[in-house]
Amino acid sequence: MDIDLMITSFPKLLNATVITLKLLSFSLFFGLFIGLLFAILRLSNNIVLRNIAYFYSYIFRGTPLLVQIFIIYFGLAQIEYLRTSILWVILKEPYWCAIIAFALNTGAYTSEILRSAFQTVKPGFIEAGKSLGIPNKIVFYKIKLPIAIKQSLPAYGNEIILMLKGTSLASTVTLMDLTGVAKYIIATTFKPIEVFIVAGSIYLFMTFIIHNLIKFLEKKFGYQ
Amino acid sequence: MDLLAFGNTGWGDELFYATLMTLAVSITAMIIGFFFALIFTPLKLSKNKYLNLIGNFYTTVIRGVPELLVIYLFFFGGSGAIMFVASMFGYFEYIEINAFITGSFAIGIISGAYSTEVFRGAIQSIDKGQFEASKVLGVKKHIQFFKIIMPQMLRLAIPNLSNVWQITLKDTSLISVTGLVEIMRQSYIAAGSTRDPLFFYSFAAVLYLLLTYLSMKLINKLEVKYSRGF
Repeated sequence: MDIDLMITSFPKLLNATVITLKLLSFSLFFGLFIGLLFAILRLSNNIVLRNIAYFYSYIFRGTPLLVQIFIIYFGLAQIEYLRTSILWVILKEPYWCAIIAFALNTGAYTSEILRSAFQTVKPGFIEAGKSLGIPNKIVFYKIKLPIAIKQSLPAYGNEIILMLKGTSLASTVTLMDLTGVAKYIIATTFKPIEVFIVAGSIYLFMTFIIHNLIKFLEKKFGYQ
Repeated sequence: MDLLAFGNTGWGDELFYATLMTLAVSITAMIIGFFFALIFTPLKLSKNKYLNLIGNFYTTVIRGVPELLVIYLFFFGGSGAIMFVASMFGYFEYIEINAFITGSFAIGIISGAYSTEVFRGAIQSIDKGQFEASKVLGVKKHIQFFKIIMPQMLRLAIPNLSNVWQITLKDTSLISVTGLVEIMRQSYIAAGSTRDPLFFYSFAAVLYLLLTYLSMKLINKLEVKYSRGF
């Protein structure tokens, strides 16, 4: 055991954690909107929209996240049209490519979570709202959405933790996140166990915080 | 389509073998995972506080740390650990373990943590009366497990194990960082030499979709078989 290495590598790894957390929060933020959009499409009466949403979630959940990042980072750069367009400002940065891939991936999982949460909303609530003459839009925002969010909390908590682990793949497209820096230190010092303990503890600490935060929210919103 | 030709002109045969490699790693990892689950499920269910702690430590750490980090630990630490053990037996030469073994082991340990949780849940949801009734009838412990508990447990576990299989199958793509030529690595090589990453990575995605789709079909059949009578 090389305790000195553990102590000297800790601040470096902690610094890299900032990037991990940035990647996580950006992808969750965009992923939530994507998920909500596709969950609504999945439940629409239009068969075409429903199938589009189904295929979206099927493809993103059926392939590894690594493939998705590589297609976006290496693959899209090949299209001449994209390279000359304004989108290239975003797509040439590995940072934004990783966020796009993560957001699309977590969006697919979130859409499944929200879809099943929407389906648990009792029809009686919606009928009651309608019979009181509340407009459809308000029924959605004030009745359906709050119940669905409450129902989806435990599953969404798992998804956040999965996404936290997923951000480690950003290191494969040259980003120096927590895993990227850990790998760099391992490769230069050849002390894998020490670095694993420090980096692993940081990840576990974040998982612990997220887990308890979700539990707190569940209690607050009275999840049954 | 020329890119996918078999033989020396295209990448068809290489990608075909890479797909077989992905399958081989996934199946090996899944089996290694079952062995880990076999050890850690009893620990998690045990009444002993310390054994319980060991079981919980395994599943919490592995499920809370990124897969990639675990793979790096094994990739960089694997041969070191083996050499350390060998040095105790008086062997001091450099030992290199191959990427297939390291990779299957790393993924196996990850998949084992998920399998442990699945088995724990399945055993806990079996009616207590089943344990008591067999005990009263004087059924021996191992027969009780294999003939009474396991068949009921499998019925409950198979749908969740199919999720573990999907996770394991997708996790094998991460082994490509160690240089094992599976789907991802082969696509990386092909993309590098033809300068056509879009095509090859998309094709890799199609291969993964095909694998997940076909295995789902197979597992659904198993599910039907094991839920006979329900």
